[in-house]
Amino acid sequence: MRLNIFLTFNLSLLISQTGGNAVAYKITVRDLNLFYRDLQALTNINLDIEEKKVTALIGPSGCGKSTFLRTLNRMNDLIEGVRVEGQVLLDGQDLYGPEVDVVALRKRVGMVFQRPNPFPMTVYDNVAYGPRIHGQKDRRVLDEIVENSLKSAALWGEVKDRLHKTALGLSGGQQQRLCIARLLAVEPEVLLMDEPTSALDPISTLKVEELIRDLKNNYTIVIVTHNMQQAARVSDSTAFFLNGELIEFGNTELIFTSPRDKRTEDYITGRFG
Amino acid sequence: MATRQSFDKALAELQQDVLRMASVVEKSTYNAVKSLATQDPILAGEVIEGDDIVDEQRHQIEDKIIKIIATQQPMAKDLRILITGIRIVMSLERMADHSVDIARVTMCLADQKLIKPLVGITAMAKLAQQMVKDGLDAYVHNDPEKAREVCEADDEVDHIYHQTFKHLVAHMKRDPETIGQATYLLFVARFLERIADHATNIGEAVVYQATGELKELN
Repeated sequence: MRLNIFLTFNLSLLISQTGGNAVAYKITVRDLNLFYRDLQALTNINLDIEEKKVTALIGPSGCGKSTFLRTLNRMNDLIEGVRVEGQVLLDGQDLYGPEVDVVALRKRVGMVFQRPNPFPMTVYDNVAYGPRIHGQKDRRVLDEIVENSLKSAALWGEVKDRLHKTALGLSGGQQQRLCIARLLAVEPEVLLMDEPTSALDPISTLKVEELIRDLKNNYTIVIVTHNMQQAARVSDSTAFFLNGELIEFGNTELIFTSPRDKRTEDYITGRFG
Repeated sequence: MATRQSFDKALAELQQDVLRMASVVEKSTYNAVKSLATQDPILAGEVIEGDDIVDEQRHQIEDKIIKIIATQQPMAKDLRILITGIRIVMSLERMADHSVDIARVTMCLADQKLIKPLVGITAMAKLAQQMVKDGLDAYVHNDPEKAREVCEADDEVDHIYHQTFKHLVAHMKRDPETIGQATYLLFVARFLERIADHATNIGEAVVYQATGELKELN
């Protein structure tokens, strides 16, 4: 019986063989098109996102990378007039299928935004917010979740003595890590990050980058960034978007040393436009 | 408006710097072999003294490249151009060192009659110099095909080196009096063989610059 469960679980992941190593894909995108009313914002995107790896999405403003990121937890549903065609499979299950519970999906696939957006409440209550919404009332369990989440977000040491003070008193970098802790508290599987360090100073940025590297041991991470060095530093795979199309996708080290497509080369070497 | 104009200018200047250094090194190799063939210790002395210029050029170029990497965060082809620059100046500097080594042999043999005409050594020198020239042409034109041809040419140099080696050893066996000079000439053949190897390194660096391929090509 256990074996069967194991097999079913594994089959639900798409597994392919590359160079003898099995690669597990957490998210598989097939023939994805997205329209804002008549305007096509994404065209025929096909992309496999590896489990417990960091995938960076890069490209000039308006290229569709943030729109694409938002398709991965159906955040675009909140925008009027958006139509999505094609498939986004999470562990083999189509996110756009009729039976999908969007709230449950966003618990599995959480998002960190450009500007830190802590709630105007205490550090503790920020992190406990999600679990409480999902019905957790036991104080001891909540204490444990808050501590573990803050530790995983590399923030515990800095806030453990001020858990019950307002989160708005934290620095920008601390607030962003708090938002990550808040996300971790609901035990997601995938973390989407939309330019998570663009509002932070260089040291806070490096701390968040270090955190991203730690988090990938347990989570699948997809990050949109305008900072090419950041993509190069933190990601395992990089996807270059241009005018709503995926131009090139591959190993980050290869993309930043020997990209195959001239448009990728022009963009990452700053010869664009 | 085009982006990164000043960066492009810095890269173009860097290539000019590398070529200026290369022309000094080519001359140094040419004069070193000439000084040996004509037994001209004055010319050999010039080669030895000229090495300081090459060392200084190498450090200036490396310094420039390090500063560009630190300030411009080059990626992809830009990064490959800079890495190739470092690799080429390193090879050039080694070639210049071998030219100095040959010039030192000239000094040692200046008052001795040569035991035999320098047929193999002259042939190796000519081929090695042509390889360096072709390698630099490939660099200027970012031409991986030409660069690969340079690497292939190394086989011929190796072949003549082995022939020369055999001839010189045979000479030593026939006439032990010649062991001293023949050993010096063996060194010279070895130095030329190494110069050709460095030309191969330049070819490999150019292939990397043009294609991103890191490969031993000979």
